[in-house]
Amino acid sequence: MLKRVYLDYAATTPMDERVIKAIKPYWRHFFGNPSSLHYFGQQARQAVNQAREKVAHLINALPEEIVFTSGGTEADNFALKGTAFSLKDKGSHLITTKIEHSAILNPAKFLVKQGFKVTYLSPQKDGLIKPEDLEAALTDQTILVSVMHANNEVGTIEPIKELIEVVKKFRGSKKYPLFHTDAVQTVGHIPIDVQELGVDLLSMSSHKLYGPKGVGALYIKKGVQLEPLLHGGEQERGRRGSTENVPGIVGFGKACELAEKELASESIRLTKLRDYFIQEIMSKIKDATLNGHLSQRLPNNINLSFAGIEGESMMLSLDLAGIACSTGSACSSNTLEPSHVILALGINPESAHSSLRFSLGKETTKQDLDYTIKQLIKIIQRLRNISPYK
Amino acid sequence: MAYSQKVIEHFTHPRNVGKIDNPDGVGRVGNQICGDVMELYIKVQDNKIIDAKFQTFGCAAAIATSSMVTELVKGKTIDEALKIGNQTVTEALGGVPPLKRHCSVLAEEALKKAIKDYQQKSKKL
Repeated sequence: MLKRVYLDYAATTPMDERVIKAIKPYWRHFFGNPSSLHYFGQQARQAVNQAREKVAHLINALPEEIVFTSGGTEADNFALKGTAFSLKDKGSHLITTKIEHSAILNPAKFLVKQGFKVTYLSPQKDGLIKPEDLEAALTDQTILVSVMHANNEVGTIEPIKELIEVVKKFRGSKKYPLFHTDAVQTVGHIPIDVQELGVDLLSMSSHKLYGPKGVGALYIKKGVQLEPLLHGGEQERGRRGSTENVPGIVGFGKACELAEKELASESIRLTKLRDYFIQEIMSKIKDATLNGHLSQRLPNNINLSFAGIEGESMMLSLDLAGIACSTGSACSSNTLEPSHVILALGINPESAHSSLRFSLGKETTKQDLDYTIKQLIKIIQRLRNISPYK
Repeated sequence: MAYSQKVIEHFTHPRNVGKIDNPDGVGRVGNQICGDVMELYIKVQDNKIIDAKFQTFGCAAAIATSSMVTELVKGKTIDEALKIGNQTVTEALGGVPPLKRHCSVLAEEALKKAIKDYQQKSKKL
């Protein structure tokens, strides 16, 4: 049997067994509609309330500040479109960055079609957004600033607190521009305190922290009003119509509860493994470069470029050896464009085509990484031998 | 990526990798910025391709089609080799995913370019 090593936790994570157990009764036994006033409904309502408390607690928010969504993409859409539609009388300008996930970039593109203007900030070579650049981009028309908490490809953690300081200073006595952060890669992985960060809106996704797929949430700071994305019933205090995904929400709540307990020790363990992997690769494979910031980096993210080799061929070779990772190469995307994130860092397109992302998680062991390093050395040697770039 | 067994086989065990010393024709196509580069070397004797080698920077489809085209041209006359198109190469590989067709075009282009290079060189002699 081929040894299988999963190193793509940034794409998705397996559900924790304890999450599966927590969800189980909600498919059939507690199947009620939380809006029903009878026993069945109230059992489900109680479960949703408890989950909301757990999600809120993980980020130090109030339960009423959490709106459950169908995932990170919906939370991002809600943040951008909801703000744009509710503040359109105040201004028509949004600021975001060139390295956001498509769940931000595409809603931004949509808003441009609706007549809004969007400024895209460029990161520095390590992926960090400079507060001065944000300061220079703010105008009296700006209603929203959206900067991701950590980048999904290169793992750089943005200086959200410093960026918010700039926005707060600019606001003066006004209540906008609002500040949104896509925290899909950080919730449950690094400590988050929304009070301390000072964000108005924050997107979360359950399946990135060992919870089920199809559920996420948007933190909306008390007092902030957003136009709903889904107009319907009065669920989520009228902020999102649709019968609640009770099993998903219960699972998300459990995943947040577990993350809160285990995050500190797990992030230390993963940081050690990450740095070990990077050091081993750098010392054993020549012409390898690390993309993203060395230390301001997600504990589980490793993104490397290997000169002279195309990423898809490396990824496929690793897959044939049982190792799952991802690549920024054009040949692995449907658009045939290399990673917009790596290009935005000012790294040449050759390196973008040659990039691999390994993202570690709960079940990753040092043995897994040693096996991966051994295989990677062989694969790179083989592919460099085929390549005209010596 | 749903590759055929044949593509995987040629990707993991490519035939004719490398350069030919004093080649009679060289075709270099693609560019690294686009993510694919292929170099094809041919040796010609009595109007017949007697040897072919390649070096490729590219995805699995690009490497497999490079390998296959070297296999297909060996022993062919120039006229026969000129008839080998992208379709011939991909069919011999049991097909490539639609999104990867552009990678297989590279092999045809490299072959045409190497033959053109040979013809220009032989005219000068």
